[in-house]
Amino acid sequence: MDILNEAHFRQAEYNTRRHFLKKCISGMGALTLGSVLGGGNLLANTMQPKRSYSKIPHFAPRAKHVIYLHMAGAPSQLELFDYKPELQKMDGQACPPSLLEGKRFAFIRGVPQMLGPQVNFKQYGESRSWVSDNLPHFTKVVDEVAFLKAVQTDEFNHAPAQFLMQTGSARTGRPSLGGWVTYGLGSPNKDLPGFVVLLSSGGPTGGKRLWGSGFLPTVHQGVQCQATGTPVQNLTNPKGIDSEMRKKSVEIINKINEQEYQEVKDPEILTRISQYELAFKMQTSVPEVMNIEKEPDYIKEMYGVTPGKNSFANNCLLARRLVENGVRFVQLYDKGWDMHGTGPGNGVGDGLKNKCKQIDQPMSALLLDLKQRGMLEDTLVIWGGEFGRTPMMEARTGENFLGRDHHNEAFTMWMAGGGVKPGFTYGETDEIGYSAINGKVHVHDIQATILNQLGLDHERLTYRFQGRDFRLTDVHGNVIKDILT
Amino acid sequence: MNKYLGIVLLVIFFGSCTNTSDTVISFNRDVRPILNNKCLRCHGGVKANGEFSLLFEEDAFSETQSGKPAIVRGNHSKSELYKRLVHEDVELRMPLDAPPLTQQEIDVLKQWIDQGAKWEKHWAYIPPKNNITPPKKDSLLWSRNEIDQFVYAKMTQKGLSPSPEAAKEVLLRRLYLDLIGLPPTVEQVARFMKDTAENAYEKEVNALLASKHFGERWATVWMDLARYADSKGYEKDSNREIWKFRDWVIDAFNNDMPFDEFSITQLAGDLLPQPTEEQLIATAFHRNTLANDEGGTDNEEFRVAAVLERVATTYEVWQGTTMACVQCHSHPYDPFKHKEFYQSMAFFNTAKDNDSYFEEPKVYTYSEENKKEVEALLASVKSELKPTDIPPQTKYRYGEIQTILKHLGYRIHEAESYYESSPFIELDESLKHLWQVQDSSWVKYDAIDLDAVQEIGFFASATIPYAGHIVIHLDSLEGEKIGEVKITKTAVAKRGIDTRNNTREFKTAISQVKGTHDMYLRFYKGETYAGNLFFVDKMRFYEKEPRMNAYDAALKQKLKKLAEIPATSTPIIQELPKNKARKTHLFERGSWLNLGDEVSKSIPDIFGIPENKEPKDRLAFAQWMLSDENPLAARVAVNRFWEQIFGFGLVASMEEFGSQGDKPTHPELLDWLALRFMNEHQWRIKPLLREMVTSATYMQSSVVTPDKLEKDARNQWLARSHRTRLSAEQIRDQVLTVSDLLNPIVGGPSVVNSAVDGGWTGVPEWAVKGDSAKYRRSLYTLWKRVTPPKEMLIFDSPDKSVCTSRRIRTNTPLQALNLLNDATFFEASNALATQMAQKEATIDKQLSYGYFKTMGKTITDEKLLLLKELYHDAYEHYDVGNRELEFPEIAIAKKGTEKRHLAALTVVANALLNLDEFIVKG
Repeated sequence: MDILNEAHFRQAEYNTRRHFLKKCISGMGALTLGSVLGGGNLLANTMQPKRSYSKIPHFAPRAKHVIYLHMAGAPSQLELFDYKPELQKMDGQACPPSLLEGKRFAFIRGVPQMLGPQVNFKQYGESRSWVSDNLPHFTKVVDEVAFLKAVQTDEFNHAPAQFLMQTGSARTGRPSLGGWVTYGLGSPNKDLPGFVVLLSSGGPTGGKRLWGSGFLPTVHQGVQCQATGTPVQNLTNPKGIDSEMRKKSVEIINKINEQEYQEVKDPEILTRISQYELAFKMQTSVPEVMNIEKEPDYIKEMYGVTPGKNSFANNCLLARRLVENGVRFVQLYDKGWDMHGTGPGNGVGDGLKNKCKQIDQPMSALLLDLKQRGMLEDTLVIWGGEFGRTPMMEARTGENFLGRDHHNEAFTMWMAGGGVKPGFTYGETDEIGYSAINGKVHVHDIQATILNQLGLDHERLTYRFQGRDFRLTDVHGNVIKDILT
Repeated sequence: MNKYLGIVLLVIFFGSCTNTSDTVISFNRDVRPILNNKCLRCHGGVKANGEFSLLFEEDAFSETQSGKPAIVRGNHSKSELYKRLVHEDVELRMPLDAPPLTQQEIDVLKQWIDQGAKWEKHWAYIPPKNNITPPKKDSLLWSRNEIDQFVYAKMTQKGLSPSPEAAKEVLLRRLYLDLIGLPPTVEQVARFMKDTAENAYEKEVNALLASKHFGERWATVWMDLARYADSKGYEKDSNREIWKFRDWVIDAFNNDMPFDEFSITQLAGDLLPQPTEEQLIATAFHRNTLANDEGGTDNEEFRVAAVLERVATTYEVWQGTTMACVQCHSHPYDPFKHKEFYQSMAFFNTAKDNDSYFEEPKVYTYSEENKKEVEALLASVKSELKPTDIPPQTKYRYGEIQTILKHLGYRIHEAESYYESSPFIELDESLKHLWQVQDSSWVKYDAIDLDAVQEIGFFASATIPYAGHIVIHLDSLEGEKIGEVKITKTAVAKRGIDTRNNTREFKTAISQVKGTHDMYLRFYKGETYAGNLFFVDKMRFYEKEPRMNAYDAALKQKLKKLAEIPATSTPIIQELPKNKARKTHLFERGSWLNLGDEVSKSIPDIFGIPENKEPKDRLAFAQWMLSDENPLAARVAVNRFWEQIFGFGLVASMEEFGSQGDKPTHPELLDWLALRFMNEHQWRIKPLLREMVTSATYMQSSVVTPDKLEKDARNQWLARSHRTRLSAEQIRDQVLTVSDLLNPIVGGPSVVNSAVDGGWTGVPEWAVKGDSAKYRRSLYTLWKRVTPPKEMLIFDSPDKSVCTSRRIRTNTPLQALNLLNDATFFEASNALATQMAQKEATIDKQLSYGYFKTMGKTITDEKLLLLKELYHDAYEHYDVGNRELEFPEIAIAKKGTEKRHLAALTVVANALLNLDEFIVKG
């Protein structure tokens, strides 16, 4: 950067800061240079006349990064973590009416049969945590993990439940968790997006709105990246333009924009100039980070990567690389967990077992790898679906495929790293895994806890919109203090 | 006049108070901000601690928990409110757990009480004064119309002075982008530059207001508010054919339909006397709500969600009022009670639609091409019919045809037209077949006339020998069984082959039935289980002696043809019949499962409607909204148009005029414009816009001086024109225009271009595909809610799931990457380079031409020098001897220097389309 450029940038920064200090409205012309891609700090977003900027983070953070593994479709806790021998005894019996009265289910009608666990469980690690045979690799990392056995949500249909989990509201239009985080904290690496989304087995049913910015400025949208092909849309030059030519053209574009600035003195032009420089840098920095080929073989084997595919294993490794390079929030979605038992391969027996094979090794490797690099301390990893599954069999067909319906009253999630108690279990369900009986946590509590670990008070991280201060957790949410170190 | 008199007097009274002396306190100016910021959190709509709330006047002066009122008018020392503010005990001092009020704030409240504690409504709920006169012209040279007088007075108050008029060509481009959303062509610029007539500019304004592209530009804005999309959202994101609504909006803007009519038709066109097809299509405004086709959803839950959303959207669009919080509790800051949300909901809750797959009710219309065929066929059929077989003519052609077909006994029912179903019934992505027909699932069809029917045929497809059977019941699931049919194999299942359309007719005789009944179909599995037993496409009802038997085979052939001509469907709003009308209850804490008291239709009290004048139905509600008794609709509307032209609203928070919104920067101007819009302009938008764009305020240069930047960084006081980044749609449309790629057809079904991602349910068959779809204006791009076009979102378009009043403009590297590398944008670079090469001979002239074509003005020497540098560098770079090198598309077929030349021009064209000045309105 030459001196003239630098002077311009300083001027832009100064102007932007002053905009902010004058409490002017919203993002136009008010983005600081570092605010791009949600990578900046709060100065980027000047819509908050009421907030005390100097107090962010609100308190000392325990985690700097988040990796959120969302199992879209909602895995069965009863075949993974929530061991219920009593349910086995009731297998095949008619469901007691008390469990059905006044309840709404997505698919269950009439009186279903109870369905015992379809897999064996054992206890592992010093924590003696229960894990099913579906997750052999995961048994080795249970001592890193805090299980939440009594998570509750308000929704029992996929899209609304995913919205609730990821945006705090079952209806659309709210910013996502990752967006709130980059809005609050920015991101350490200004050359990479602050909030990255990786998909495997197809996208979640809620769609792109799950990582949308809602009413926050669009810089807080998650940027969807992929391990194969072009890592980010439009990152590669069009046919006929190579990087040498691109470099030259960006240089001229910026020089002409400088001319324009001389003529009209609009500080927004200076921001644009810096964004073009950054865009050019991203064309090399992003593919580098997204290239897992560079990893040594033992790491690839550890995760079980599948070259050339958008697999969950590849995405786990990418998540580590992204966090390592300063990305604040990495959101993974893995689709295909909706096991209704409507056909072979779609049940909580073999269907689930096969699906687990896709995630067991990589997610366990992710924890081990983060740990061996000393990154687990300040990286919070979250695992879970949008709701759980019923202990009743979903008697859709009366045939032999074993499935469970959607269940929102009790399911299991886990967290690891980032100041969460390792080898810990919180919450308990009744003897058949139907109701939460203690340690209940709601989706908003999970969200409050995630923000808390990042040094953000979920009640104070607000954004003024439609004349009201909005928060991720609406008017709810309590930090789950019991699981924190 | 009379109805305002009281308020006028009130305003004059308060007005005189606030102006005579500093010590006279104005509630709105002095007191309300303190109450809002310091008190309402605990003594407002959500919480009323100590049974004391300051939200409504009656609450503020009524008894509190202590049994005494907290404010004693005229006596601060007897007022608990005051005592608590200055209490020595921190535990008792207000605000609790917060720093005390400043001495100044305490004094204000003290004086206010002593002066009688007079209460005022928030400004937005007081109708505009109808005696506003523009400040006197003290700048005769600058001012062009009254807008300028208001603006001038304000800016001089702030120590600013107007900027000089913008250069002619800059002004022209601004005007084009503002009025039609497209830039002027080279020829249009040249013509204007040559036109020395005094009214040259006004001529352009008139031409643009008359352009057919005017409607497209303003419809684009309306689509954000209407949350228009071509799909339903949620998990499935099924396609929704509703583009006729978009075209209705375009036409309305082009025809300068008065805004009150425009609004009333969208809110209640179905309730107008004998509504036309067009008026029904307009009601699709509120059918743009999301619908959930996900398996296992409760239709009622999502019907309710849609109705709640309609209430919130209506208030946001026309009232600039956020009602969403009132869903769960009284408004924390504004005078809306919890119950009032549901009283408003009662106007919308009796609409017939119920989140069903098929999205009834709908209106069916024929395309222009099909209309001719329909008219000819219909005339021919009618000419052969006996007079007693001809129904009276109606304005709904499709309905008329259905009546004839039914009357004559040619009766086809689409399987998907069911009104209710069991959970396991779904439609396939074409929305044309019953899919997921599973064991014991069922569907219900409303009001089928079975009087003369003796047989029913089911057009179904299956891939197993005995797939299942269909049982027909009357009136209820357990009702009389009138027929049963077995469905067998119609096609061989083959990987990659779609067997759904391999239907065969399976007929069953039915028992004799009298009259019209709800008909239930129950589905049972056959020899084996399958997740999906079979597909059902349609049903045919055979009457014993259909009237068509009285005619020859040729007529039957015509009936068949008539029945098969495709019609475009549009979901609309229609009321349920009175005897089926739903009751509306308050939802406790906003939960639809937690019903409170029943409520009746009513407008919130703050708007002061006498009880005997409460609107009776949705139409009356809409008419009230667009009447001069409503203080808000005109203000909110002119503010929206102002924002589009000037960059920011006079009320910056366009979605919120309530006490938590931004204060108007020019309150008198806002009110003056609102009244003028209603009265002088009779709600017509074109004269309103004409007044804005012919103002001196509008015509100023956007060049900013350090002084102006210092005094008014955000340009609130309008001492210059605002340099605004173009919208996502404007940017793409402009790229297509300057590269001559744009296909300027107005209207029609949405189009599938390279940005479209159909998602799980794909793109609909009615969408336009292929070459004619590639370069249409962005407004027509097929919009799937779950997978919206990324480039639009990158440039700050909302995803069209909820009503959006205001887009936040950002400036990010993803935007740069999009402009640099997007396939369509690069195609445009290729096309522009070709133009440059063809139009001019020398390099200098080619580059200058390219610049002129993109920016609508002559290039400066400095910029030309830089473009030449880029050109020459590129020319060197594309050394044809270098075989490794890839060339831009247009250069590939060329040879030698021409190849290098075109490649280098493409690089320059690509750079031009990336310049800041190109994506900004100067």
